[in-house]
This record gives sequence, structure tokens and C-alpha cells, in this order.
Amino acid sequence: MKNINDPKQLLVSAIESGTVIDHIPASTLFKVIKILGLDRIKTQITFGTNLDSKTHGKKAIIKIADKFFEDDDINRIALVAPNAKLNIIRDYKVVEKRVVEVPDTITAIAKCMNPKCITNFEKVTTRFRVVSKKPVALKCHYCEKITDQERLEII
Amino acid sequence: MKPRSLVSIDDLSTEEIIKILRLAADFEKDPIRDILSGKVVATLFFEPSTRTRLSFESAVNKLGGKVIGFTDSSSSSVTKGETLNDTIRTVNNYVDLIVMRHPIEGSARYASEISTVPVINAGDGANQHPTQTLLDLYSIQKTQGSLENLNICMVGDLKYGRTVHSLLMAMSRWKTSFNFVAPEELRMPDEYKLYLRNLGLEYYETADLNEVINMADIVYMTRVQRERFSDPMEYEKVKNAYVLHDHMLSETKPGMKILHPLPRVNEINTDVDSNEKAYYFEQALNGVFTRQAIICTLLGLK
Repeated sequence: MKNINDPKQLLVSAIESGTVIDHIPASTLFKVIKILGLDRIKTQITFGTNLDSKTHGKKAIIKIADKFFEDDDINRIALVAPNAKLNIIRDYKVVEKRVVEVPDTITAIAKCMNPKCITNFEKVTTRFRVVSKKPVALKCHYCEKITDQERLEII
Repeated sequence: MKPRSLVSIDDLSTEEIIKILRLAADFEKDPIRDILSGKVVATLFFEPSTRTRLSFESAVNKLGGKVIGFTDSSSSSVTKGETLNDTIRTVNNYVDLIVMRHPIEGSARYASEISTVPVINAGDGANQHPTQTLLDLYSIQKTQGSLENLNICMVGDLKYGRTVHSLLMAMSRWKTSFNFVAPEELRMPDEYKLYLRNLGLEYYETADLNEVINMADIVYMTRVQRERFSDPMEYEKVKNAYVLHDHMLSETKPGMKILHPLPRVNEINTDVDSNEKAYYFEQALNGVFTRQAIICTLLGLK
């Protein structure tokens, strides 16, 4: 079994305290950064991408020092990184592991695929009800059309 | 507190629908009343829909209210590039209620979230048109005596027809069975059939109207438009299969009624108009009573 605390396994340096998000698809790393607003965080962040993953092709990993997420915040990345795993680190040790879960509603992340939807015409914050979690299907709060996994775009 | 709006038929509980239909029956008995005296209603029609607009304006006028508004976006500030957000925030200062028709889907929901007065969706693109659905329900209840255990035969464009989808969703609250009559290219979408299956409601699909018309309590006709066909040859083949003629009605149920959201083009032959089963013009009249009931309900007036 892989040990996240084994320095030989780590391509980016270990953190003393904070959150490690692993198993992000390499292709969606920057979307995850944007969704979590990591570009505006003041604490140390390191990330690695295009790392080999046994199960998911190329993966990415993010380590955020001194930052802990609420479930509601972290679940926002489920749309782009459905298999992401969180390791909560304190004193260089993993004290808790969490998985992300697609929330029941999605606000301000996804784009409605309907070109005739008001959210694609005016500055309206998109809102969706999640009608299926796997595969993801979102029902637009405004035009009531379904945006499915294939046509899902992150704003 | 946000005012109560009507954007989608799903915004209403079954009890609320029944209440509105009951109120509409009251207005039918006595449509001229001074309930809206001193009130101003805006009809904001960002795309033209003469029938719907006149029906709303008639409803307001008969109740003593005043109407202001525009009939298409070329005569409004939209042509100057004003956003819907700004239009609504401005107009809601002038009026007690907004009736809005807009080609963009979801625009009515958005307007209802911005507006300080109730918004009635009079059609947002291909999405919703709840007052049409309520007047259809009123017409069905009035002619059949009840909404329970009816057979509804929907004919024509069942793929893109907003009115048939809303009516199907609404009628599924009662024990309705459906026959869907449509050409291959315009069949009822799977999501609606799945919805009925999940509720345990029966439906049957055919391309032949004569096969099912005699079972119907209500025949709901819609227009088959040439633009809907990817292959114009297909349209030529099927266009006459979905036209109702008087001779097709001889074996139908005595109480059966034919509804149509109008405007009609040629899908109901004019020889049907004099048949007592033709109900589409009375249906349009029912629209006025139903809209009176909706307006008064949203404004909290009795």
C-alpha cells in the first residue's frame, strides 16, 4: 500500500499542516485551483501534475499549507475531480481522509449547455439541481434543461 | 418578502391549481368586476404574441385595471441594448404586476427573482407557458366535469410542443391515460414517457390518429411545422396524416372535445368548426377567466 508520508513517493514537498488533494485528473488541475479559489490564498501551495497514477492515467496533486476545507466548499470540485481524495495533515501525519461527493445543488461553477438559456445572455449566476450524480446530470434552475457530463463546461 | 410569481406550472401545488380553476369558474359567471381598480399591469412582450397579450389585457380590463407595456422588443429599450435586469428593475416601479413574454429560456425565472412585484410568465422560449396549461386544465375540467381518469389524445408535434409537455406534466397529477399521435421525427421525448412510467400512468404511441381517436375524452391538436423536419420529403409524406376532418369524428365519444392552443393553420379542417366537439374558440375565451383568476391569486385579491 502506498504511504503518503513516505518521502520517496512525494514529488512535491510534504507539509506540516493543511490539506492534500490527491487523484485530481491532470487535465482538470487548473479548474480545481480556480473553483477552490487557490489563486487568492496567501498560504503556501505546491502542486504537481502529469504524475503517474495507477488507476487514473495522469493525475495531479495539490498541497495547501494551513488550510482546511468545509465539506460544502470541497464538494464543489466533484464535478471536475470526482475521484479526488483529501488527506488532512497535522504535524506531518495524515489525521483524516475524505472523498468528495457531488452536492445536490451546483451554484456558479457550471455553464448551462442550452445556448438559448438566460444565463448565457446576461450576468446571471448559474444554478443547477443535480438530477443524477453518476454520470453527472444537472437541471438548470432557469431554463430547466439538462446539462449532462459530456456537455459539462466549467465557467 | 419576495412576491409570489408564476413561472412554471410546477410552481403550483395541486391544491393551488384546483383553487385557481375554481376561481376561474367564478369569473366565468361574473367576469366584470372592479377588483383591479387603481392597479396597473405591465405586459412586456419581448416577442410578439397577439393572442396571449390580448387575453391578458382583456382579463385586466374587465377587472377595472389599467395596462401599460410594449408588444415587441423593437418598440422597447431592448433595441438600445438594455439588459432584462435593468428593464425589470425599472418597470417594477411603475406597476403592480408584470406579464412577460420573452424568447430566451429561463428569462421569466430570472425576472421573478429580480422583480419587487409578481411576474407571470407568458412564455419563455421553448420552456414554459403556465397560463396556457391552466386554461387547458380549466377547459378540460369544464367540459369533462372532472380531471380524473380521462384519456387524452395528443396529436402532431409532440417533440417540440411546449404546450403538450406542460399539459402532460400537469395532467399526470390526476389518473390520466395518454395516446400520442405523431410522425416518427416528432415523437414524444423519452424523458416524458419515463416520467409517466415512473408514475404508473399508461400511454400508447402511434402514427395513426384513426386508431385511437375513438377512445379519447380530449383530442389535443398541435401544428406540425415544416421547419421541424430535417428532410422536407418526410414532411410532404406525413403532413396530411395529422389533419383532423369532420368525418373522422363520427365514432368518437359523445362528450369528446377538441382543443388546440391556436393559432391553427390547416391541422384542423374548417369543416370541424361547426361540430359541437370543436372547443378551441371557447378554450380561448376560458383563457380570459383563467388569467383573471391567476392575476387575482398572485396579487392576493378576492
